[in-house]
Parts: sequence; C-alpha cells; structure tokens
Amino acid sequence: MVFLTRRATFSASHYYWNEAWPAEKNADVFGRCANRNGHGHNYTLEVTVAGRPDPVTGFVVDLKWLKDVIEHQVLSAYDHHHLNLEVPEFAAKVPTTENIAIAIWGRLEPAVTAAGGARLDRVRVYETPEIFAEFRGGA
Amino acid sequence: MNACFGRRYMMSASHRLHTDALSAEENRAAYGKCNNPHGHGHNYVVELLACGPVDPETGMVVDLAAMDEAVQLRVLDRFDHANLNLDPLFTQTVPTTENLCKAVYQLLAGSLAPAHLEHVRVEETENNFFEYRGEAFASRAQAS
Repeated sequence: MVFLTRRATFSASHYYWNEAWPAEKNADVFGRCANRNGHGHNYTLEVTVAGRPDPVTGFVVDLKWLKDVIEHQVLSAYDHHHLNLEVPEFAAKVPTTENIAIAIWGRLEPAVTAAGGARLDRVRVYETPEIFAEFRGGA
Repeated sequence: MNACFGRRYMMSASHRLHTDALSAEENRAAYGKCNNPHGHGHNYVVELLACGPVDPETGMVVDLAAMDEAVQLRVLDRFDHANLNLDPLFTQTVPTTENLCKAVYQLLAGSLAPAHLEHVRVEETENNFFEYRGEAFASRAQAS
C-alpha cells in the first residue's frame, strides 16, 4: 500500500455562529471568530489517497486526474467564496476547520471511490500554518 | 462524527545528551556533538493532534483556547527557555527528542477531553522530527 498526497490551496471567508444560541454565547464561545462581518484565511488542503501502484504506469492515481477532481469538487466551490453564505454544507453547520475537513471528504470520496484503484485515506486542512484538522472517514 | 484537530507550538530549550550508564568515551561515541558538556539548544516545534467527536453545536473537536491554556501551563511554562536536563522528568532519562515527545504526551494526556491525544510530534530541527502515539499504540506496534 502506498500513500499519495496532493496539496492545494484556497482562500475563503467565514465566521463562526450557531443560530440556536444568543449573541452573547456565540461571542463567548467563538471569540473573534464570531464577528458577523466575517474574516478569511489562506487554507492549505492535503488530500491523501492509498492504493497499490499500477504495474504498468507505476501510479497509485494519476496526479493530474486528482488535481482536476480537487479543482472541480472543492476549489471551484470554496476558493474566493464565503463558506457560510455560498457553500451549502455550511448553511446550518459552523465552518470550523474540523467541519471543513469532513465536508471536503464528502465532496471527494465518491469521485475517488468511483474511479477505482485507490481509496481516499485522509483529508487535512490547514487554516494557518499552525492550525489544522484532519478527517479519515467513518462515523 | 470523529475528526482530528492539530496545532503547532514553538519552544526553545537547551539539553545535553549524556547517560551515567555509559563511560565518558561511550557517551561521546553514542551522542557525538550532543554530548558536549556545556549543552546546546534548539527551537523545538511541538505539534499536537487531538481526535474525537465533533461537537454538533460548536463544530469543534477541542476548544483551541482550552488547548492553548493546557499546553502553556503543562508544557511551555515548564520547558520553554529552560534546561531540559534539570527538569525532574529528565534526571533519570536522557532528554532526547524521543523522550521529550513522550514527556509532552504524558504531561498533556487527559487534558483535552473529550478528545484524546492521537500524537505528539516534536521537530528538533527542520530535518529531524519524532512522534509518540501513546502506550496503546506502542504495544500494538510491538505485537504486530
């Protein structure tokens, strides 16, 4: 089994807000991230797939294909967009780094599985160089 | 739904790799430059990965401010700008970065509930890093 990782970047805005809570609780729990005018990050996305290298090509997956999947499934929806206002999975879910990793998994997993050969192993999202979240599938 | 949250911290500390179990010559052979009697130092990067259920209300695995506070109180206040060899954890144990990883893991274990500490990774330089994933992982790895 070989693990192959492709990195991509996107820039997006967001805020943290739970509609079920009063403003004071949102401010208390989320601090500066609760500013309703939003703020933004340069995110780095790492997508890891696992599989056996093809005996003919030596590829686990074709990197160009993986780049296109990430572009179509994720970057076209997230890059230079407002996650709360423009990305459907965050209409009722706080776009924390954890939830972004889970949502990106949901966008990539069907395409990777459908292609056969490799499985999606891990999605890691860096919000800053010091903060990241990762999701490995499952419940 | 389980996910993981990671964060990196910096700390600067000095150490000397030396064990009384070996002769002066054996220490020099085992540890080379790191055995210099006057010690030396590093800018360490400590990376934590905490995994657990994503709280459905906050969308978080662990509260970043709570993690920062635990790391500040239990790790950075203790090791940053300090001589690791003088710490009680390293009077009987050589402060290699392997052992530093383990010490950081043990100092933080249980402080990130309901998440658990998946790994502690310490980068000693840009080219050297070490990772500890707890005793349960260590015994699984040994068994396989």
